[in-house]
Amino acid sequence: MADALAAPSAPLARPRALSWRALRFWCFRWSRTWRSTLAGNVVYPLVYLAAIGIGLGHLVNHHLAADHGAGTIGGVSYLAFVTPGILAASMMQIAVHEATYPVMGAIRWDYAYLGQLASPLRIGDIVFGHLGFIGVRALFASSFFLAVAAAFGALSSPEAIVGVPIAIVVALAFGAPVAAFAVTRDNDSAFSSIQRLGVVPLFLFSGCFFPIGELPEVLRVLAVCTPLYQGVVLERACSLGTLGAPENLAHGAYLLVMATGGFLVARRTYQHRLAR
Amino acid sequence: MSLLSDTVVHARQLTKRFGDFTAVGGIDFSISRGEFFGFLGPNGAGKTSTMRMVACMSPRSDGELLVRGMDPAHHGPEIRSGIGLVPQEDALDTELTVLDNLLLYGRYFGLPRKVVRERAHALLAFAQLEDRAGAKVDALSGGMRRRLVIARALISRPELVILDEPTTGLDPQARHLVWERLYQLKQQGVTLILTTHYMDEAEQLCDRLVVMDRGQIAAEGAPRALIAKYSSREVLELRLEAADRPRALGVLREHAERVEELTDRLCCYGDDGDRLLELVQHAGVRPQGVLVRRGSLEDVFLRLTGRSLVD
Ligand SMILES: Nc1ncnc2c1ncn2[C@@H]1O[C@H](COP(=O)(O)OP(=O)(O)O)[C@@H](O)[C@H]1O
Ligand SMILES: [Mg+2]
Repeated sequence: MADALAAPSAPLARPRALSWRALRFWCFRWSRTWRSTLAGNVVYPLVYLAAIGIGLGHLVNHHLAADHGAGTIGGVSYLAFVTPGILAASMMQIAVHEATYPVMGAIRWDYAYLGQLASPLRIGDIVFGHLGFIGVRALFASSFFLAVAAAFGALSSPEAIVGVPIAIVVALAFGAPVAAFAVTRDNDSAFSSIQRLGVVPLFLFSGCFFPIGELPEVLRVLAVCTPLYQGVVLERACSLGTLGAPENLAHGAYLLVMATGGFLVARRTYQHRLAR
Repeated sequence: MSLLSDTVVHARQLTKRFGDFTAVGGIDFSISRGEFFGFLGPNGAGKTSTMRMVACMSPRSDGELLVRGMDPAHHGPEIRSGIGLVPQEDALDTELTVLDNLLLYGRYFGLPRKVVRERAHALLAFAQLEDRAGAKVDALSGGMRRRLVIARALISRPELVILDEPTTGLDPQARHLVWERLYQLKQQGVTLILTTHYMDEAEQLCDRLVVMDRGQIAAEGAPRALIAKYSSREVLELRLEAADRPRALGVLREHAERVEELTDRLCCYGDDGDRLLELVQHAGVRPQGVLVRRGSLEDVFLRLTGRSLVD
C-alpha cells in the first residue's frame, strides 16, 4: 500500500474490452451466488418436462390414439411436442426474472451499476454486460435442459443443438425490452404485474402445451403475434429437424428485432436513469 | 491543459439542472494536484450533484469542466480510470464477501487478476479489515463498511479520490480512523475532494474549501483564512439574566468585532475572548454561563448560510 498511490493507472483498454468487463462482473458474481438460481433455471423446467411431457403426455397420447387412431400431435408424441415449448417458455421466465429484480437490485440494493458508473465503463457497456449475462444464463439453462431432454428421448433430430443459440435469442428478446423498462422504475411493484399479465398468459397460450389451432380465432391471432410463440415455433423446428422451413426466417427476424430494439431502447433508458 | 499540469479539476460556471430546478448554479473552482479540497454545505446544497459531475457520472447542464485535463463529455472512461469514488451510500454488494467486493471492482479497471489480488490484500490491511476478508459485507459495522468503500476506491491507484460525506453516521472512533487514513493518502500525494457537513472534519482535513449553499459557492479559502475573514480568532459565548443584557451589550458593542444576539446567549467575536469577559465583568455583569473558544468554521458556516433550518 505504502508505494505511490498516485502512480498512473492502467492504460485504457480498447473500448470493446470495457463491455466484456461488465459481462465478466455478472458471471463472476453468479459464480458466487448460483446456488440460489438452481431452482428456477434447472429444477422447474425439468419438473415440467417430467410432469407434463411424460406424465400428462401419456394420457394425451392415449386420448389421441382413441380419437384419431394415432397417439401423436402432427406426427410426434406429446413429449416431443411439449419439450421445445417448455424450453422456450423457461427462457422467457429466466430472462424476465433476470431483467427485473436484479436490475432494480443493481440500482438500489447491491449498487452494481453505481460501481460500474464510477469505473471506466460506459452506459452501453453496463447494458451490454447485464443483457449479455442474461444470454449466458440462457446458454447454461438451455444446454442443460436439452441434454436431459435428449436422455428422455424427447428430441428427434440432431438439429436440436441449434436450440441453444435460439434459446439465447429468445431470452434476449424478452430480457432486453424488460430491462429497458425495469430500469425506469423506482421500486419493484410493477414486476409482479409483468409476471401476472405478461409471463403467465404467454406461458399458457403461446403454443407451448397445445397447438394454437385449438384456440378460438381471436386468441389464435393474438398468440401468433407474441414473441414466445416465435420462440416456441423455432425451438420446435429445431427438435423436430425442420428448421430449414422458410417461414422460420421470419420468426427468427421477429426475435432478433425485439432483442436489438430492446438493447437500443435500454441504452437510452439506462442513460436517462443512471447518468442524469 | 495537459495531464501533467498541476490543475486536476477546473470548473467555470459549472451548472446542474434537473428539469426546472437548478441544483448547482454556475460555480467556479479549481483544484490542484496533491490538494485536499473540501465542499462544505448543508443538505441539498448541491455537493453530491457537483461530485457526480466531477466523477464524470452525470453530464453537466452548462459551463466548463476539465478533470485530469480532459472534458468529461468526451473522455469519461479515460478520466474515470484515474478517479476513485467513495459515494454517499455504502455502495457495497452485501451478497459478496469483503475480498470479493474489492476483486470485482478492481477488474472493472482492466487490472490483471494477480495485481488486483495483491492490491486487495494490501488495501485490506490499510483499512484494518485483514481478518474480515472472507466475511460477508452484511456482517460489517458502519465504520468497517466505510473503510471498505474507501479501500475499494483505491484499488485502481487513482490520482484523484472523491469522497462524498465519508464519515456521516459514524461514531467518533470510526471517524477518526477514517480521517487518519485520508491524511495518509494526502501524504502520498493523492488529490482528495471531500464533501461534508461536519465543520470540524473540513477544518482538520482540508487545505482549502468552499462553503456551498443552495447551489452557490458562498465563500472559498483555507479554513484559517475563512475563519479570520468571516469569524474571529476567538469567540466569547455568554448566558445572562435578561436584566444584564443591555449593560453587557453596551460594553461588547464597543469592544468586540461583532456581537450576535441569540435567544439564549450572546456570541461575541474578537481577538481575545478573555479580555472581552473581563470588560463585561468589570461593568458589573455576572454571567450565568461563560465559554471562551477559538473561532471555528461553524461560525463561518452559520454566518454565511444563516441560522435558520434548511430542509
Ligand atoms: N436526480 C435528481 N433529480 C431531481 N432533483 C435532484 C436530483 N438529485 C438531486 N436533486 C436535488 O438537487 C439538490 C441538491 O442535491 P445534492 O446535490 O444531493 O445536495 P447535497 O449533496 O449537498 O445534499 C437537492 O434539492 C436535491 O433534491
Ligand atoms: Mg449529498
